[in-house]
Amino acid sequence: MTERLFEGADWDFHTLQRITDACEEVALKDLGLDVYPNQIEVITAEQMLDAYSSVGMPLFYKHWSFGKHFAFHEASYRKGLMGLAYEIVINSSPCISYLMEENTATMQTLVIAHAAFGHNHFFKNNYLFKQWTDADGILDYLDFAKNYVMQCEERYGRIEVERTLDAAHALMSHGIDRYPGKKKLDLRAEEKRAGRRRQHEEEVFNDLWRTVPKGAAKSRSTLSIERRRKLLGLPQENLLYFLEKSAPRLAPWQRELLRIVRHIAQYFYPQSQTKVMNEGTATYVHYRIMTRLHEQGRISDGNFLEFLGSHTNVVFQPEFDDPRFSGFNPYALGFAVMQDIERIVANPADEDREWFPDIAGKGDVMGVLRDVWANYRDESFIGQFLSPRLMRHFRMFHLHDDPEERAGIRVDAIHDERGFRRVRRELARQHDVGFIDANIEVVDVDLSGDRRLILHHHVIKGSQLNETDAKRVLQHLADLWTYDVALIEVDANDKVLREYVVSPRPIPAAVA
Amino acid sequence: MPIHIIDRRLNPGGKSLENRQRFLRRAKSLVQGAVKKTSQERDIKDVLEGGEVTIPLDGMHEPRFRREGGTRDMVLPGNKKFIEGDYLQRSGQGSAKDSGPGEGDSEDAFRFVLSRDEFVDLFLDDLELPDLAKRKIAQTESEGIQRAGYTMTGSPANISVSRTVKLALARRIALKRPRKDEIEELEAAIEACTDEDERAALVARLETLKAKSKRIPFIDPLDIRYRRFETVPKPVAQAVMFCLMDVSGSMSEHMKDLAKRFYMLLYVFLKRRYKHVEIVFIRHTDRAEEVDEQTFFYGPASGGTLVSSALQAMHEIVRERFNPSDWNIYAAQASDGDNSYSDGELTGLLLTEKILPVCQFFAYLEVGEAGGSAFDLSDSSLWSLYERLRSSGAPLSMRKVSERSEIFPVFHDLFQRRDTAKEKAAP
Repeated sequence: MTERLFEGADWDFHTLQRITDACEEVALKDLGLDVYPNQIEVITAEQMLDAYSSVGMPLFYKHWSFGKHFAFHEASYRKGLMGLAYEIVINSSPCISYLMEENTATMQTLVIAHAAFGHNHFFKNNYLFKQWTDADGILDYLDFAKNYVMQCEERYGRIEVERTLDAAHALMSHGIDRYPGKKKLDLRAEEKRAGRRRQHEEEVFNDLWRTVPKGAAKSRSTLSIERRRKLLGLPQENLLYFLEKSAPRLAPWQRELLRIVRHIAQYFYPQSQTKVMNEGTATYVHYRIMTRLHEQGRISDGNFLEFLGSHTNVVFQPEFDDPRFSGFNPYALGFAVMQDIERIVANPADEDREWFPDIAGKGDVMGVLRDVWANYRDESFIGQFLSPRLMRHFRMFHLHDDPEERAGIRVDAIHDERGFRRVRRELARQHDVGFIDANIEVVDVDLSGDRRLILHHHVIKGSQLNETDAKRVLQHLADLWTYDVALIEVDANDKVLREYVVSPRPIPAAVA
Repeated sequence: MPIHIIDRRLNPGGKSLENRQRFLRRAKSLVQGAVKKTSQERDIKDVLEGGEVTIPLDGMHEPRFRREGGTRDMVLPGNKKFIEGDYLQRSGQGSAKDSGPGEGDSEDAFRFVLSRDEFVDLFLDDLELPDLAKRKIAQTESEGIQRAGYTMTGSPANISVSRTVKLALARRIALKRPRKDEIEELEAAIEACTDEDERAALVARLETLKAKSKRIPFIDPLDIRYRRFETVPKPVAQAVMFCLMDVSGSMSEHMKDLAKRFYMLLYVFLKRRYKHVEIVFIRHTDRAEEVDEQTFFYGPASGGTLVSSALQAMHEIVRERFNPSDWNIYAAQASDGDNSYSDGELTGLLLTEKILPVCQFFAYLEVGEAGGSAFDLSDSSLWSLYERLRSSGAPLSMRKVSERSEIFPVFHDLFQRRDTAKEKAAP
């Protein structure tokens, strides 16, 4: 019998090393995972709270909103309303996992298997992460961002920088390219480019240019509306990108700040699209690794029971009428689908052969799963792999709530032969970020005219913007644009539902 | 694959401190309001422990484009009895329409915990002792150190590396210590040299250079410099606060409680804001005694009322210990306003002749019964006496308090930072 990795709950750094080695062996040999090099860091509860407030990143620029989140988390943690996560893992190379010092040895094993191998493999292999994030460059870029923001504060004042960042943060959810463009994000190159841009500006600066008389402006009528839009790259749904490139009166450093916020938003974009898959993968991997370690006799029965206790808590899915219910638990859903795939591949029923002809009975579980992990996101993953059996297991049903309907909320479909496909399609749609975020785009602006920026919100299913928030965000937008901004909400038939017009605020004199 | 395991627990904490401070700065007026509100409900001792405050999230809101309303579709787990086409009753009229789960109003008020220091600082933020004018260098107090050049001796902790290296470099150049590359060059030349004689000459030269470089050390003890510090006395404003409290029988428990609360607040404020404020506690019935803070706040006493006795005691203490030309003298008096009829004249005389001329500021707090509508009707003997003095221009502030919750506003009012104060008080 192999030697135990640890006894009881205590651990030291040698134990961690042994645990990691053991996990790695299982992960690479048995599961065939492909991971970034690992870096495991042990932190205290306070440091975990710190990490919470800066979206989990080890370094970040300074901004009051992070302080607000910190105060909020700290208060609820102290009152015992909220437990802290056992770990935080960062999509970077090397892949950094933070472990809480309070964890028992079993928990550390679970967390290492979960984060350092599960999430890590997903980060490295999933197409969204490959396409949108740059794991090698992110830490350097954040460092650059932090210093850049700091320099800006020194040069232009804290208040000015804060105002720009506030505005950028408000637009963050609309600072994302949703479709793969020309090239992959390379944050290291970005950082160098920013430096070069500044250097170039300093080198070629000549005050004389300012005094050179300009030629007569081109007549407006020469530009057709079509042409004008095309020149500005309209319609454009990435509002931050549009402002950075086209806002008439932003200072270069403000454009750079918008760029930083935009890059960071883009970096997190894949995570919001793969919550179920990401957690599902990590949970599946830790479950496999822990079970294997137990089989090998490297984890005692008692410790394995402790693991099963935590694992069950993690994948617990309350039902809709349970007071604890707050939507689908991504761990539970992800893990259940992965296990179901394992069953379908290894040991399918007739129903599964009919629903999943491609993978049913194929035999190579890990091969199929690795392929799934690499090539799907939540929406397509659920849309393809949620089996009737699972829908029956979760007893899923679809509610349709139309405020116009007097009779109440209609049950549209349930987990039966007639409803499987509809329930599945609807659940997939719920996990489609393209569907969750408001669809807002810049449609037109007359730069040589009144410069009013016109945005459209394409209303889906009658769901309009929250008025107070929309006005506030538009105010930020107008402040950056420095001219009027109009947002028009239109439905699918181009009928105008509501129109907002916001003028920029005058910039108040800087307060010391 | 190499795995790095790093212990970060010893890294300096408080990474979020700066963000937190930024947040507090931004929310200052809101937090301050919340702090004042919270402190009214609490015991003064608790106030000093800091604690939780709730601020409206409005000014701190981070807006996003959010969608709401419209038709909603959702897939839920745990179906028990529904079949397709069933209708569910909406819970509450229209509530399903405007409250999405976890959105909207849930975050309207924002609770968080302030540390003790943050709390008290915000609480006392805009208070100060008025007219802190007489500044004098205190004899014993020497505050702060400042850099004062370099010295040859000192503790290793204060070694100035850049200075030391600079001096060493100068010395090496002055003494012509051979450089490393010079020697290497020579060695290379010897290596390449074919002529025996020339080689011998070069070797000899190398020997001298090496010997020389051995004789002249890279860093000599002579080069080492330490940063020197000296202590500088700083001018401090000396101030003394006299707390005069009436503890006579006419003071009810409620009144005493009010008075004590007031002094507790004053005590905290002074202790925290002014390092060099002496506090003298005097309590009086028909006779006055100087007591320590413990007795002042917690000791029982009862008897008749002679306000002049307290003023007399204060006057004597001033004469003995606090020379008015060196000290800023303040006094705060709390009483229910009762005084022996015969004592009025003496009190007035003491105040105008002895006390007020040496005082920077004299605050009088009249405490009344809870609900105290009766005591608004006619002014007490002390109040009318002081009112008369004040109208003749004495530096006297007067307030009436009958409810616990009034203590904070009144205190705040009395010690608010005045615009007329020309210079900021020394901390």
